[in-house]
Amino acid sequence: MTAVLEVSNIRKSFGGITAVNGVSFDVQEGEILGLIGPNGCGKSTLFNCILGQLTPSDGEVKVDGKVVTGMRPSELNGLGVSRTFQLLQVFPKLSVRENLILAGQEHQGNMLSRLFGPSDAGLTGAADQMIGFFKLDHLAKEPAGGLSYGQQKLLDAAMAFMGGPRLVLLDEPAGGVNLTMLADLKDRLTAINREKRATFVVIEHNMEFVMSLCTRVMVMAEGKVLAMGSPAEVRANPAVIEAYLGH
Amino acid sequence: MTAGKYLQIAFGVVVIAALIIVPMNFNRYGLFILSQWAVMTIAAMGLNLTLGYAGQVSLAQGAFVGIGAYSAAIMTSNGLPLIAALGVAIVLCFAIGWILGYPALRVQHHYLAFVTLAFSTLAFLVFRNEDWLTKGIYGISNIPRPDVFGFPTRRPLPFYYLCLGSLGLVSLAVWWLIRSPWGRAFVALRENPIRALSLGIDTRRYTLMAFAIGSALGGVAGTLYAPLTQYVDPVPFSLALSLDLLMMVIVGGAGFFFGPFLGAMIAVLLPEWLRFTQGYYLMIYAVAVILLLIYSPTGILGILDRFMAERRTKVASALRAVTKSKLETAP
Repeated sequence: MTAVLEVSNIRKSFGGITAVNGVSFDVQEGEILGLIGPNGCGKSTLFNCILGQLTPSDGEVKVDGKVVTGMRPSELNGLGVSRTFQLLQVFPKLSVRENLILAGQEHQGNMLSRLFGPSDAGLTGAADQMIGFFKLDHLAKEPAGGLSYGQQKLLDAAMAFMGGPRLVLLDEPAGGVNLTMLADLKDRLTAINREKRATFVVIEHNMEFVMSLCTRVMVMAEGKVLAMGSPAEVRANPAVIEAYLGH
Repeated sequence: MTAGKYLQIAFGVVVIAALIIVPMNFNRYGLFILSQWAVMTIAAMGLNLTLGYAGQVSLAQGAFVGIGAYSAAIMTSNGLPLIAALGVAIVLCFAIGWILGYPALRVQHHYLAFVTLAFSTLAFLVFRNEDWLTKGIYGISNIPRPDVFGFPTRRPLPFYYLCLGSLGLVSLAVWWLIRSPWGRAFVALRENPIRALSLGIDTRRYTLMAFAIGSALGGVAGTLYAPLTQYVDPVPFSLALSLDLLMMVIVGGAGFFFGPFLGAMIAVLLPEWLRFTQGYYLMIYAVAVILLLIYSPTGILGILDRFMAERRTKVASALRAVTKSKLETAP
């Protein structure tokens, strides 16, 4: 198997505080890696270092064997790396369909051809397909800002898949989503993973969601990797129980 | 097409017809004011693109109108056609706007406003002090009005039609631009640049482009301004014009296509309509603008947008209630 993502000895300091301290791991093609740990352990900072939102103080990130450390998020997206954020990040004034078209348009031709091409960048069909896939059909024309929190979370996730990414990093996709929608979200992610061989790294606090979705789980504590293994191994790890899961 | 759409089209046709027919009976001054409205609307449309759609604050739009006006004044006074001046003004303002966009990659909001304000002051000083080019405080007079396809526009009515036609062409171009993927990217840049970046949108390039295109439209407006007044000096292109244009965009509704039309109407026409109040007209005008912005910070079109959004919500709620009751009563 090929490593889609290789993270080597990533460190990120803010003044005297080291948020991420020498984290290394890799993610194989088609894998779903869960990333768990207590609040403030450096999960989101690690995501931001991988995705170019922050420049790591030290270490290296590779995507498909290519060094991408410090690359801008837009360039990474062009390489097939996508993400969702911990807090909702949809464009409230645009409709659901337009949000999805926007999420995919930069993958269509170049800047000049997009200007002179169709106004939807030829993506209405793909957007509607994604809308159907995430069961948002009746909301296609609604402004995203008018959707419920759970629906916006689904839209946020759907947007991450519009460019046909190889690697998607999802930051707390289940946060604040009700049980029915959570089951839908898990189904959708599993289906995309199986059908498109997309690779995921998922930060999540919902243990049931993580353990049932992920093929491997990495636990972080105080900026370092505490444990790594299958969901069953991690659940049984005494250090993880002590630091995060509890008895 | 829905009945609402037909109504909108009918309204648009009536307004365009009125703008063509009604001014035929206007005197010289009325035509001058209406031409000025068309010119300022073009400049405000440029700023609306930069500020309203792409969210980049600029206090330099007046300077770009000045650059356009001086390009037209200098070139046409030396016997060159206005269309050549238009080309030069567009290229010059686009390039300077692009360069002015660079600070926006590092600073935002009021910091960016100060950067653009500094540029506005710099441009004003060039207009005033570089006598060899701009004739300084004496200005450039006797600026000729062009012939368009062989038709002279020396008289006020034909020149008004030239301004109106130009406004029509610019409106079509801007409408097309904001409906294109670029327009969507500009909105993304304004609403959430971090998310936009993560979706592959090159926010740096779009920021520069928003500045450059907006500035170029300022140049287009300036190219018409010079033959409209037939005299240019530095005073009209001071910071006050940039602030006026900013007010037009904010009052009309930043980020709304028709915002600049309404904003320019209020800034250019309302003071004229209030002249019967004699010395009080500027005060009344100022109070009206303050009250409007307190009631609706998103401008006049913001009120309409809010009303439409509330109506949409009510209709959607009613539809949901009907669907729910049907489901509940189903056997």
